[in-house]
Amino acid sequence: MIEFEPVIGLEVHAQLLTNSKAFCSCSAEYGALPNTQTCPVCLGHPGALPVLNENLLNFIIKMGIATNCKIREISTFARKNYFYPDLPKGYQITQYEDPICYDGFIEIELSETERKRIGIIRIHMEEDAGKSIHDLDIDTLVDLNRSGVPLIEIVSEPDIRSAQEAYKYLTSIKQILLYLGICTGNMEEGALRCDANISVRPIGNSKFGTKTEVKNLNSFRNVEKAIEYEIQRQIEVIRNGGNIHQETRLWDAASQTTRPMRSKEFAHDYRYFPEPDLVKVKVSNERLDSIRSSIPELPLARKQRLIDQYGIPHYDASIFVEDHNLADYYEHCCSYLAVKSQKTFKLVSNWLMTEVMRILSERKIDINELGLNPKFVAEIVDYLSEDKISSRIAKDIFPEVLQNNMSPAKIIEERSLVQISDSSALETLIDEVLANNQDSIEKYKSGRKNVFGFFVGQVMEKMKGKANPKLVTEILRKKLDD
Amino acid sequence: MIKYSDFLKKIQNKETTCVDFTKEILDKIWENRHLNIFITVCNEKALAQAAESDKRFLDGNPRKLEGMIVAIKDNISTKGIRTTCASRMLENFEPIYDATAVERLMAEGAIIIGKTNLDEFAMGSSNETSYFGNVLNPINNEYTPGGSSGGSAAAVAAGLCHVALGSDTGGSVRQPAAFCGTLGLKPTYGRISRWGLVAFASSLDQIGILASNADDTARVLDVISGSDAKDSTCANISPSQTFDNLQNLPEKFTFGVISNKLLNNCSEDIVRAYDFYVEKLKSLGGQPKEISFTNPNIWIPTYYILATAEASSNLSRYDGVRYGFRAEGEGDFVTRTRSEGFGMEVKRRIMLGTFVLSSGYYDAYYTKAQKARRLIYNDYNRIFNEVDVLLMPTTPTPPFKIGEKINDPIAMYYSDLFTISANLGAIPAISFPAGSPSNGLPIGLQLQSKHFNEDILLQLSNALLK
Ligand SMILES: [Zn+2]
Repeated sequence: MIEFEPVIGLEVHAQLLTNSKAFCSCSAEYGALPNTQTCPVCLGHPGALPVLNENLLNFIIKMGIATNCKIREISTFARKNYFYPDLPKGYQITQYEDPICYDGFIEIELSETERKRIGIIRIHMEEDAGKSIHDLDIDTLVDLNRSGVPLIEIVSEPDIRSAQEAYKYLTSIKQILLYLGICTGNMEEGALRCDANISVRPIGNSKFGTKTEVKNLNSFRNVEKAIEYEIQRQIEVIRNGGNIHQETRLWDAASQTTRPMRSKEFAHDYRYFPEPDLVKVKVSNERLDSIRSSIPELPLARKQRLIDQYGIPHYDASIFVEDHNLADYYEHCCSYLAVKSQKTFKLVSNWLMTEVMRILSERKIDINELGLNPKFVAEIVDYLSEDKISSRIAKDIFPEVLQNNMSPAKIIEERSLVQISDSSALETLIDEVLANNQDSIEKYKSGRKNVFGFFVGQVMEKMKGKANPKLVTEILRKKLDD
Repeated sequence: MIKYSDFLKKIQNKETTCVDFTKEILDKIWENRHLNIFITVCNEKALAQAAESDKRFLDGNPRKLEGMIVAIKDNISTKGIRTTCASRMLENFEPIYDATAVERLMAEGAIIIGKTNLDEFAMGSSNETSYFGNVLNPINNEYTPGGSSGGSAAAVAAGLCHVALGSDTGGSVRQPAAFCGTLGLKPTYGRISRWGLVAFASSLDQIGILASNADDTARVLDVISGSDAKDSTCANISPSQTFDNLQNLPEKFTFGVISNKLLNNCSEDIVRAYDFYVEKLKSLGGQPKEISFTNPNIWIPTYYILATAEASSNLSRYDGVRYGFRAEGEGDFVTRTRSEGFGMEVKRRIMLGTFVLSSGYYDAYYTKAQKARRLIYNDYNRIFNEVDVLLMPTTPTPPFKIGEKINDPIAMYYSDLFTISANLGAIPAISFPAGSPSNGLPIGLQLQSKHFNEDILLQLSNALLK
């Protein structure tokens, strides 16, 4: 049987977090009452004219630089003409022949050691349409708050070879957008939208197969599922002797299938032509330099640096860079450590990934909302690393640290929770425990080594958890085995 | 025709007040209602503005255009005053904002007297495509006033305002000015903000000024010109200062004359007037020089491809969804709204424009027209390296009769032959009255100059009209 490989390219639309819309001064914020954020420009009133929001330009240049694109010194806007009730002017202002960013790439991680480059054909600016609300008995209603909200469209090369790669590409794009602070990345709210161009070809062929465009991928999981479904559908069609038709298909999350769009829904001649109401977009070197210097360290680079600088495992670093706030937080914690070593860095990482992140996921909040002073985490780790407290004590006091915003050092000192590492004191206590449990010693000596844990427990209980367990073990062994 | 400086004298001599004068004008508008010049007359608002102007004069702090009576072409947005574009589509449309030009006029004390008739969406050269009926030429009622700013030109000619704003996409200010015997200025593209000018062809549209004299034209231009943050195609320069410069005509200047071949497209009356004004310009210190265009045959096709392409897109917003006319009945109301809401000429141009932009034809028409436009633009750059101004006919013929050309669109389009090149070249041009040789009907000639040199156009017009 012939094996097939998929060829996938993604078109990602991202709503930008500018305060105002792309071509007027209306607020671009999501969630206001319908039609309250409008003006003659975004309502398409007669005689109104668009004026480019300079922040839109800055944001797209940021994205272009972050994705290794070339930035066009002079680019233009175009009109894409079509009729739709939620498109007030009867055309969308977009870029056509000369997108401002082009010819770039990002890298995705296939595994801990393997990276793959996915080419970016272009990134261009455009405006969003309004929103039609059909599911009401009365009529179709239109909300034009979204009309004119700035979008960028990021078009990848057909370099993606599996649904998993597509998923990784999309999450990487989202991470970059979040790192740049230019998009919320929220697919459910429509701030990030994705269409996929998919074709399959026999492995080894260099020619592309006929592609379909799959739309309506409104969550990260759906992107993966829809692409997987469409790949299998196409392979099956071909194996059964059929042909793939170039068409636009909609992902139907309910049935977990794709279905063709009615031909009327996409049979457009958009009649693109240069937008005469806007002047050419010129990007000066000064602007480019100042934006370039404002670009933060990006996820992949940061991950590598966390691994190199802190010696933490790839897995840990991946978790942290997923949310740049968490990565920031990790580094803050580390900066407060009294002893900075690979051991303490790893302890901070462990502490964040277990205790802290568990609370985050329980409360469904992010690290900044938790309000935990990173200095406190560093204090706990310092105590732990010097064996001054046991991890049990650390866990016990943590809720209090969090709730009362109290320094762990203070709690530990006030309540004398520092564990006893004085071997002479411990030896006396251990002798006492051994003397009181002669029968257990017999059992131990007869080979029931698990009794050892019983002795440790007894000692710890007497010390209210403050005994250094390592030391206790050491002394016990010496006394029992000698 | 009336002149603002005469009015100012009367005000100073206390022979009239702004309120009295406005009432006089309102009476005259009523008496001349058969000319169908106004779509909307702003009686109450005008009188309120006039009262405010009287107060200003009394307080001794009149603004630059205090009490000036201004008519506004009805494709320029006026807040709370319906702006119809002479279309059924906007028959009852009241804008929620003022055009920048209107805002600036009112801020300097001008009185908005009303909204003037035009060809529907400024598409036409005779004012016969208006949904509100055609305008009669005040000089001879059997003739059209020209178009599309026919109402504005007729208002000035009939003395119903000091100044009228028009819009000029391919001659829509200059041609009616010529037909009605007024001055008509189309400034440089980007001189006056287009914010609030309802778009016909955005890359060619420019608000223009119609008046009886250069003095009033200059006063208004200086007020309404200058950069505007709401229009990025508006030049980022300070307002013009043509009023202060009006008397400073250079002692010596050069002027271009067109070839006989090009001039031969004109009727005899026009040719005779042209020759007469060549001599007149010489007597004002002008040195004539024959100039040549690369290919005037491309003007009209280039213009009608670009203008209709842009129009087809600009007029897409009229779909009955949010405002304006909406067709009744079942089914696809957008199609029916547009079928019933637009008149024939508008539909013709939307179809032409849609055709030239459609895939498979785009390169053959639109792209080629863009290249042709570049040639025309370069022609003008070359010409104005050689001469300071260029003398052109405004129209190939004297005014034509109502009904004469309305059923022959190509003949109608050719009446724009001498005006459209200025829009394609984005240069300023002015039509001045050049006598009334045949049947007492006026004809106009045109002066053109390099970008942003409205000064010399107004200086020469001023000198020629004396
Ligand atoms: Zn707006």
